[in-house]
Amino acid sequence: MLRYIFRRIVFLIPVLIGVSILIFAIIRLAPGDPAETLLGPSATAQDLQELREQLGLNKSLVTQYFTFLTNTLKGDFGRSIRTNNPVLEELLDRFEPSLILALLSMTLAVAVGIPLGILAALRQNTWMDTLCNLAALLGFSLPGFWLGLMLMLLFSIMIPILPSSGYGAWQQLIMPTLVLSTNTMAVIARMTRSSMLEVVRQDYVRTAKAKGLSGRLILVRHILSNVLIPVVTVAGLHFGHMLGGVVITETVFSIPGVGRLIIDAIRFQDYPVVQGGILFFAFCLSLVNLGVDLIYALLDPRIKAQYRAG
Amino acid sequence: MPASTTPTPAKKDKRQSKIGEIWRRLKVNKGAVAGLVVILLLTAMAVFAPYLAPYGPNKMSAGPRLSAPSMKHPLGTDSFGRDQLSRIIYGARISLYVGFIAVGIGAVFGGFIGAVVGYYGGKVDNILMRMMDVLLAVPQIILAIAIVGALGANLVNLMIAVGVSQIPRYARIVRASALSVRGQEFVEAAKAIGASDLRIIMENILPNCMAPIIVQSTLGVASAILSAAALSFLGLGIQPPAAEWGSMLSLGRQYMRNAPHLTFYPGLSIAVVVLALNIFGDGLRDALDPKLRQ
Amino acid sequence: MTVLLSVNDLCVKYSTFEGVVHAVNGVSFEIPERGTLGLVGESGAGKTTTALSLMRLIPVPPGIVERGKISFGGRDLETLSEDEMKKIRGDQISMIFQDPMTSLNPVLTVGLQIAEAIAAHQNMSEREALKKAQEMLEKVQIPSVRHKEYPHEFSGGMRQRVGIAMALACNPRLIIADEPTTALDVTIQAQVIELMRSLREEFSTAMMLITHDLGVVGEVCDRVAVMYAGEIVEEGSLEQIFENARHPYTTGLFKCIPDIEEDSSQIHPIKGLMPDPFELPTGCCFHPRCPESGETCRSWKPEPFRENGQVVRCHLYSKGGVGR
Repeated sequence: MLRYIFRRIVFLIPVLIGVSILIFAIIRLAPGDPAETLLGPSATAQDLQELREQLGLNKSLVTQYFTFLTNTLKGDFGRSIRTNNPVLEELLDRFEPSLILALLSMTLAVAVGIPLGILAALRQNTWMDTLCNLAALLGFSLPGFWLGLMLMLLFSIMIPILPSSGYGAWQQLIMPTLVLSTNTMAVIARMTRSSMLEVVRQDYVRTAKAKGLSGRLILVRHILSNVLIPVVTVAGLHFGHMLGGVVITETVFSIPGVGRLIIDAIRFQDYPVVQGGILFFAFCLSLVNLGVDLIYALLDPRIKAQYRAG
Repeated sequence: MPASTTPTPAKKDKRQSKIGEIWRRLKVNKGAVAGLVVILLLTAMAVFAPYLAPYGPNKMSAGPRLSAPSMKHPLGTDSFGRDQLSRIIYGARISLYVGFIAVGIGAVFGGFIGAVVGYYGGKVDNILMRMMDVLLAVPQIILAIAIVGALGANLVNLMIAVGVSQIPRYARIVRASALSVRGQEFVEAAKAIGASDLRIIMENILPNCMAPIIVQSTLGVASAILSAAALSFLGLGIQPPAAEWGSMLSLGRQYMRNAPHLTFYPGLSIAVVVLALNIFGDGLRDALDPKLRQ
Repeated sequence: MTVLLSVNDLCVKYSTFEGVVHAVNGVSFEIPERGTLGLVGESGAGKTTTALSLMRLIPVPPGIVERGKISFGGRDLETLSEDEMKKIRGDQISMIFQDPMTSLNPVLTVGLQIAEAIAAHQNMSEREALKKAQEMLEKVQIPSVRHKEYPHEFSGGMRQRVGIAMALACNPRLIIADEPTTALDVTIQAQVIELMRSLREEFSTAMMLITHDLGVVGEVCDRVAVMYAGEIVEEGSLEQIFENARHPYTTGLFKCIPDIEEDSSQIHPIKGLMPDPFELPTGCCFHPRCPESGETCRSWKPEPFRENGQVVRCHLYSKGGVGR
């Protein structure tokens, strides 16, 4: 098992290197000169030249990339052009709100989505089922930024009970968490429902019934343990989507997280921060995927056996 | 070549009856039909925008500034006195346009990549699928943000950004289909009579994965419209003064306290389009794959 | 011998989107204490539906038990509440299913899957039940240390033995074995049948064995009922059916078995197919495939003809004959 984890971590490296090449390519092949942006239109040619040298912009792209890569591997993401702080420091400073927001939202999505899906499946083809399906479709389709603004309108302006933005107090987390979890919640509820409808038809559920087990034991032990396997996979896959949602939610609610940092950095063409931020997101996503695979092994002994063998 | 001329009419009949069958199954699903009707209405609204909109989308001072919905301006006016209803009608054009073009980019490139790597397999497959893994390791919207951020915020770059970020999902579907078709006898037979690889891909592999591609595209248009609106909302998409729902929302946000209609209606429009596409896509999936229903 | 199970005029139908399937139409039989009944017939004859309705496990919807009296150990099962029925399932009547690959839960250890049956019916903690489960594994010739393993770690034959251990765990009065060997390799089949036979004797349990394999019936059962299109067309003791089969369907089934003593290795399949369950033929359901059928067979259902405990439903034995 440990060997499997280790191997997975090793396999992460080429993917992350790939991401770094991709991001580097996207950002550096783009038109525009960061030095010019930084110094503004009044800068002299000499100033520009000096800054370019300082930032290593006068070297070839390949050299720049390898400098970037070796530095990154050393934990040095460069310095922000805007603030001149080390990028890693900026990222870690902004990490907490994003992490808390993502964790809370995932927890809420799972805690509401799974029971909702189970309920819909147990009451298949009743008004309850239809309602759950409709709610899930709605949750899946509503634009997060609009939902955020509407909640703000409702709870901060019309009935002022919640702070409209910012970070620090727990009240400020309520609306962002709701907004960020909606989409994932809908996906989880739908997956739970369809997985459940499939599992209840399985032969082993009939076997469990034939043993005279109580309905609750059959549901918890025999059905749910199997239902959760695909649900975990989908929740994990959806985590990437959620990270994207972090960017938008943080912008809507003015939360000083990593997502907000990236958006600001893009507006200022602060490319070391953009590179570092996206790489950071990719790294988080890969770690989450690894975690999901491990949970998966925990839930399904067949997968565990494969990992052991591999 | 007699072998290819004789089966053609039969094939066509079969395909037509299959479409009839799918339509029959789709018709039963009230939600899907409603979704389709909404999509068709919105498309009509986009096409006939100049005839439907009471004012020009960018006509300033069509009415008083920030006025609430009234008989003259059913959805009110914005901070420049532009008629919001007209802007929303014109906004449907941009949203649908971006949605369809972005999905077109994603499906064509993704489909091509998937077909090639699935058909040839081996090293090509390995390399390209690892590249897809890389694309998938970056959240879709963040990738799109990076692309727009680098290329500059405008309509074309927005479509490219959203389209590129959608490539992997199509590549996967087509690759899976190509892999399953590759070893089958009719492909061997086609090779034996000297059909070119391109022809085999076009005639055998692509038709086989049309169903999932169509479903994925329908859902893809929804997600592309959502992404594009989100980017515009962040100021990284279509720039003002263009009548685009996301950027209208971003502008209206500043006046949320006094003119909430400026945030409500553009967002509602996005939600309706996306919901209609998702419901229709869902129904389409059920109709195309009856095994999943019951 | 006292009667353990008696089924009277059982009718079950499935109401589906495409139409109504009459799966079981007026089935009646009895199983005495410690007796073994073989229920024989082609797939689709309604054997499994019969078995599931004894356990009250017919999925509703689409299944509907129209009528029928099932009496087990003197109790009418249809009058029992669901909770009372749960006490019977797994404890008094237990079931061995056809496909050992799908009938065990893939994410639970086999030990737990046996133990939970014991814990559900005997006042025992799961820990004690697990001990008993290990004993049961030994009984079906699986080393008890393997109780911690999952179904995927066992072969098909071993999984079916786990299924047998599970069914016997509470020492039930009746075991329903639904094609227990169909999904297994031929060599494994014999082992599993032998195991079932010896354990049945050891536990002195009654058994209803559902199969389409007459060879298996000959080894295990003392009475045989032949089912066709939801009806029992012939029933009798093993000897009666094997040596004096009367219904043309039963004789047809025997002709399907290749006889190694005969020179010609030809087998004689019954012509035609099982009738469409949505539209059963009028009269005797077998008449479209029957070599002996006549006018009467097409319009009238044959009444049961009884002789020395052998029952046959065929116009060959009714007063009017087949009416050719």
